[in-house]
Amino acid sequence: MFEYAPAPESVRPEIREHYGLFIDGKFADAEDGATFKSVNPSNEEVLFTVAEAGEADVETAVAAARRAHETVWGPMSGTERGKYLFRIARLLQERAREFAVAESIDNGKPIKETRDFDVPTAAQHFFYHAGWADKLEYAGLGADPRPLGVIGQVIPWNFPLLMLAWKIAPALACGNTVVLKPAETTPLTALMFAELCAEADLPPGVVNILPGAGATGAALVDSPVDKVAFTGSTAVGRAIAKAVAGSKKKLTLELGGKAANIVYDDAPIDQAVEGIVNGIFFNQGHVCCAGSRLLVQESIAEDVLERLKDRVATLRVGDPLDKNTDVGAVNSAEQLERIKSLTEAGSDEGAESWQPACELPERGFWFRPTVFTGVQQSMRIAREEIFGPVLSVLTFRTPDEAIAKANNTPYGLSAGVWTEQGSKILWTAERLRAGVVWANTFNQFDAASPFGGLKESGYGREGGRQGLEAYLDV
Amino acid sequence: MGSILSGAEAASLVRSLPGVDAVGLEARAAGLGTRSVKKASKAAAIDMAIGMIDLTTLEGADTPGKVRALCAKAVRPDGDAPPVAAVCVYPSMAAVAAEALKGSGVNVASVATGFPAGQVPLEVRLADTESAVRSGADEIDMVINRGAFLSGDLERVFGEIKAVKAACGDARLKVILETGELVTYDNVRRASFLAMYAGADFIKTSTGKVGVNATLPVTLLMMQAVRDFRRETGVQVGVKPAGGIRNTKDAIKYLVCVNEVLGENWLSPHWFRFGASSLLNDLLMQRQKLKTGNYSGPNYVTVD
Repeated sequence: MFEYAPAPESVRPEIREHYGLFIDGKFADAEDGATFKSVNPSNEEVLFTVAEAGEADVETAVAAARRAHETVWGPMSGTERGKYLFRIARLLQERAREFAVAESIDNGKPIKETRDFDVPTAAQHFFYHAGWADKLEYAGLGADPRPLGVIGQVIPWNFPLLMLAWKIAPALACGNTVVLKPAETTPLTALMFAELCAEADLPPGVVNILPGAGATGAALVDSPVDKVAFTGSTAVGRAIAKAVAGSKKKLTLELGGKAANIVYDDAPIDQAVEGIVNGIFFNQGHVCCAGSRLLVQESIAEDVLERLKDRVATLRVGDPLDKNTDVGAVNSAEQLERIKSLTEAGSDEGAESWQPACELPERGFWFRPTVFTGVQQSMRIAREEIFGPVLSVLTFRTPDEAIAKANNTPYGLSAGVWTEQGSKILWTAERLRAGVVWANTFNQFDAASPFGGLKESGYGREGGRQGLEAYLDV
Repeated sequence: MGSILSGAEAASLVRSLPGVDAVGLEARAAGLGTRSVKKASKAAAIDMAIGMIDLTTLEGADTPGKVRALCAKAVRPDGDAPPVAAVCVYPSMAAVAAEALKGSGVNVASVATGFPAGQVPLEVRLADTESAVRSGADEIDMVINRGAFLSGDLERVFGEIKAVKAACGDARLKVILETGELVTYDNVRRASFLAMYAGADFIKTSTGKVGVNATLPVTLLMMQAVRDFRRETGVQVGVKPAGGIRNTKDAIKYLVCVNEVLGENWLSPHWFRFGASSLLNDLLMQRQKLKTGNYSGPNYVTVD
């Protein structure tokens, strides 16, 4: 038997015992002294304490951002802004390993992913938008697009650094200043990014980082910012939309999803199986655009399922810092509970659950990769976003039925199509109501490619030329 | 196994195989290539790889002396390192190798069928095969008729492989697809199945004599083919990447693929081989490094 010896990542970033709020270029504690703890989800150990921003801190940060926008960042030429962004991008690359390990420790996701995906893609977003900073008048959004001003940004815990990059890079390139709230379970890389901004000599107040939970986010949304950008759950997105309604604040929302991954009978089967695995088990399924509903043509369903199970059985679940780990820890106890309750509902409603026989660590938040077969459109596991490593398998007989089932959801973020027939890809993609449709691949991202949803998956685009519009007055 | 299909049936089955998505296949191979194999598992992998080598010399300048030197190295590569699986030579050298390897447990593999181009009449290819077997070859590495394959004459390719298989007698047949000349992954998959339907015991990537030899994606694809073939027919077929695998790091990537795509059943010299010459010395040097903690150098392993 060929066993892989443990291959733990040897670099350990310096994680401080306590982090403050990053306001106006300096770290400071919250005005009311509130703090909270960040926990390592793979062993439940407390990593550090961090100041929790309250209303007063939000006010201070927004004022600092306003000042920076009016006095420094707004008047600065695009060329100069671009230089800062290039510098940030290069620093991120230089410290990539450190960021990758920190992200893995704080989030629970495997080092393989933070090293090969999260951090390089985050750096790419800064490089890409650095290039736009002095070319905004050529973006096709009008002759002289202006920045909006101060942007309040709230990001989720599933890709902490990458979501920060998706938010901050375009905002800064377009001449805005930002106040960003990272998720309460994953503030580490945002705070390390704050240190990096200081290292890059970014003018104080251009980037402000306010760790905190829902109340901090609500305070930020209610503060006198010019625009709110939010990535997270549809429920919170709805509350934010209500909160900003009737104000002059602009809003973009990137919310939940329940993506269909459609596999036709003429698909390249082995690659489709890889795509199914990557679609739902990438990042423990904590992906808003995860391919959580597999729609497979009935004639090949049995074959695909057999191959899928063989493949899932080879996934290595465990220590996120081991370079051979494929599936890491669930981010929080709360999320683990949600996954458990939804999978129980799946079994109760009559779907058949299958899991590989992998061992799980004793401590920490863990959930085995799970495949539900015999899933019907009416079941909760086919309708609600689980946000975990749980795949619901449904079948279809004809292309029309595939489209009808795929679109039968309030969400519309992403979808996948697998077939060797080009015309069928186009026919299907045209009919799918989703912001992103991947053909013979899944979960591919690029800074040059706009990303965003339809229906209850939100509005506004991030990335690409289209993504600039969200941060410009055009 | 003897083939139970007619050429027309095999050709039609092969033509109806699902396609291969090149991007996805290469991404999967690259992903497997990132596995980190260290310490005890690396030591075990190195010894496993040594035991899977078909130590090869296929030069016009081969002499009996050179082949004997290679055979001695094959049996006892270095200290307590395990012997390799086989020595692979031209038919004219098969008898020399058979004599030198007698009783050692190391097999004699002979290329045949007008290796490497195969551009000679079938009767010559069959005579070549029979002669190699008579000279003591335990394994025959044949080349397929790429011209016939590329012109669409799959039945002819099937018939020729079948004929060579019959000429092999008890010798195990490795069928070289020469994937560098088939070019597309779809072709590689079709050729893999055609060879297996015709009775191949092993499917092998390359002769080592063309520009593109074994690559990880091509070998991964062939592994998926033997896995699917066993699922379909119950018959297990081996895989041999050959050409271009020169160092330990690459060899371990191939073993990782075997481990994760085919599993334990294939992790033995009976089912997986490396066609290589310089790979052995790199494995031996890495082996010494693991034992002593120091890198030695090319003078601490033998030149052949």
